[in-house]
Amino acid sequence: MYLARVIGRVVATEAYPGLEAVPFQWIQPLDEEGQDSGQPLVACAAIASGPGDVVHFVDGREGALACPETFVPVDAAIIGYVEEAVAFGRNLVDEARR
Amino acid sequence: MFLADVIGTVVSPVQTPILDGRTLLLLRPLTPDGAPQGIARIGIDNIGAGVGDRVLVVDEGNSGRQLIGDPNGPVKTIVLGIVDFVEIDGEHVYAEQRRGKVARITP
Repeated sequence: MYLARVIGRVVATEAYPGLEAVPFQWIQPLDEEGQDSGQPLVACAAIASGPGDVVHFVDGREGALACPETFVPVDAAIIGYVEEAVAFGRNLVDEARR
Repeated sequence: MFLADVIGTVVSPVQTPILDGRTLLLLRPLTPDGAPQGIARIGIDNIGAGVGDRVLVVDEGNSGRQLIGDPNGPVKTIVLGIVDFVEIDGEHVYAEQRRGKVARITP
């Protein structure tokens, strides 16, 4: 499970059965400073979120378990909206939005 | 499983229901001898760990679901132990009693 910032959305009108109603979003993983780290990826939004939000996501098979239909080909899912992530007295959510 | 330092906490008011009421910790993964390794993780606290502790973390879904007690929970990273000491080749490379303060890595 990792921290990420939502950077955009992906719309797929034709999707695998079970994923029709699941929104996809571009997310950018964040490091412990709240800075971008690594490549952006597409994740299912099991929790409503939009561009600019800081979220946490789970990768691997567990991503599918967060979706309404759990036997679907998904390898990453947003599982929570992050309001505050504090390390060394700094809120990484503020750092990520800067 | 891997070692990590707990460097912070995460507050998530809207999340998948299985996580409600559980503490989320911000983790800095480490090599066995304590050097930082890779991107920060978020772990579910299952042991009562806090900021500054060096912890043992499992990062595998089935083990995670077993610890949480839900066969279908979308969980993966769970903090399951607080490390007392780490010994490599007969030498203590980390001891809880002699631990220093976990510090920010200056960019």
